[in-house]
Amino acid sequence: MSTLAIDKAGPSRKVKLGSMSRDRTWALRWSYFFLVLFAIFFLTPPVYMLITSLKSSAEISAATNPWWVFHPTLSNYVELLTSNQFLRFFWNSSIISIVVVIVTMLISIPAAFALARMKFWGSATLATGVFLTYLIPDSLLFIPLFKMLAVIQDFTGITLLNRWYVLVFIYPTLTVPFCTWIMIGYFASIPKELDEAAIIDGASWLQTLLRIFIPVALPGLIAATIFAFTVSWAQFLYPLVFTTSIDQLVLPVGITTTLIKGDVFNWGQIMTGALLGAAPPLIIYAFLMDYYIAGLTAGATKG
Amino acid sequence: MADIVVEQGRVARPTGTRKRASLRNALGRKSTVAFVLTLPLILLILLLVLYPAFYSIYLATLNKAMTKFVGFGNFTFLFKRETFWMVVKQSCIFAVTAVFFKALIGFIVAHFVHNIPGKKQRKWRGMLLVPWVIPPAMSTLAWLWLFDPSYSAFNYTLSFFGVGPIPWLGDTFWARFSVILVNVWYGAPFFLIMYLAALKSVPDQLYEAASIDGANWWQKIWHITLPMMRNIIAITTLFSLIVTFANFDIVRILTSGGPLDTTHLFATWAFQVGIQSSDIPLGACVTLFMVPILAVAAVFILRDVNKRGNEA
Repeated sequence: MSTLAIDKAGPSRKVKLGSMSRDRTWALRWSYFFLVLFAIFFLTPPVYMLITSLKSSAEISAATNPWWVFHPTLSNYVELLTSNQFLRFFWNSSIISIVVVIVTMLISIPAAFALARMKFWGSATLATGVFLTYLIPDSLLFIPLFKMLAVIQDFTGITLLNRWYVLVFIYPTLTVPFCTWIMIGYFASIPKELDEAAIIDGASWLQTLLRIFIPVALPGLIAATIFAFTVSWAQFLYPLVFTTSIDQLVLPVGITTTLIKGDVFNWGQIMTGALLGAAPPLIIYAFLMDYYIAGLTAGATKG
Repeated sequence: MADIVVEQGRVARPTGTRKRASLRNALGRKSTVAFVLTLPLILLILLLVLYPAFYSIYLATLNKAMTKFVGFGNFTFLFKRETFWMVVKQSCIFAVTAVFFKALIGFIVAHFVHNIPGKKQRKWRGMLLVPWVIPPAMSTLAWLWLFDPSYSAFNYTLSFFGVGPIPWLGDTFWARFSVILVNVWYGAPFFLIMYLAALKSVPDQLYEAASIDGANWWQKIWHITLPMMRNIIAITTLFSLIVTFANFDIVRILTSGGPLDTTHLFATWAFQVGIQSSDIPLGACVTLFMVPILAVAAVFILRDVNKRGNEA
């Protein structure tokens, strides 16, 4: 695609088309102009987070030019990264996200394999059902889930509410349907000759899955993993409803509830916390952008 | 052909004794294997999605203490409350306006990015997708700080133009504007990426042919781009409609529904009523009102996705 685009903007293949290529140069200039405007709009909040995080409380309340740091300091970072409470949030978020990714993969890869390659009774319905489940938002289910957990807790005596580990069971409802859906797509795109060859060589279905499907569909697997991780990392509603004690909170909820003390907003720390909370998904995105985007666009295509 | 996978695998193995063979038969049968493989998925959907969904309907018919069946009591109670109708109205305004601007900005920016050649395009695309990558709860905090009543960086900037100070979150109109703005900011990159992928799939020859026939840029968009992207536009818009309609994070952090409940959406109001005021049945009742719109959007998405699958 890129070569094609360069070709278009190139000087001129035919002299006659001079006006057309001039039009294109202007189109390119205008594109850059507007892209800069939109980039400013899109990047203002994250940049402002960074600016504020480098300021001391004194500089923030002095109400100098908000877009500039006159006395940069890392004190906010030092304070947060040495506070046990913040590290606890970070730890909770990390452990939950990692466990959810593993659980999601363990559920969705076998299911996607079965749905992509074995036609069985109800398989088409199940695939549609998986897609529909993906469309059910968290805000529809948080109240009944809350009540369900309370009832189970009363019934069995196992503490479920206000415990971070319960989120490990709840988050897969958000990640598994989408991951299964895109894995079906990736598995279905693998040529059947490949697994037929494996069968002829005497491979069992488990070997076919582990030795053929997973290696070949690795890009899809990475995309699904990234999706599962970012969704669990960013989830806000479920932890807000199900957990309340400070030592059980995850990062997004922890920052919004504990760093805001009464009416006192310690903005330097809040922005630092928000930036640190945004860092893991941003780092993953920076290194695995193509997989990230592949996962994003795969959602709207049929598996 | 792949249907024989399992069968073949079983045959290929050396046959054991009779007794074990029957067990192995059961294990090796394709439907059994498929059932075992999909069982965790089925259990997850049944226990943690479908069951709560129906439980929600049951909850909505109880009284506040959840001791008595009141039928449609909660529903009629809601119908009589002014706040409820305001939430319905605001949810619809919010979702429709936000999705419209997300789609529009996404469409425009996708064209600009598409114009950029080669390597640079990758960089721009990477930069413009950042709002979508940051967890919304985190980025909304940055917006909250940008909108801060006394230290608002926006008002500081606007003061140089002799505008403001604008009560971003204190006034009903501006609060509604702000929550929509933040939602557009967060969601537009998603549209951008989807539309960019769709634009790349439109063959260049079509545009060249149109240019030779003397079509202007508007005619090219109207007669080539839009028809070619119709399906992806429909899916993306409907999908975004669901997500935006059910939005929680942004409004919760930015305004918590204020001023005077005027920015509440179904989700945030249900949270306030159901969890904070612990009237679970009423909260469940509020969330149920999202179902009709979500269901309609879901049906259309399913239709379009299937159609798309058949085309490919």
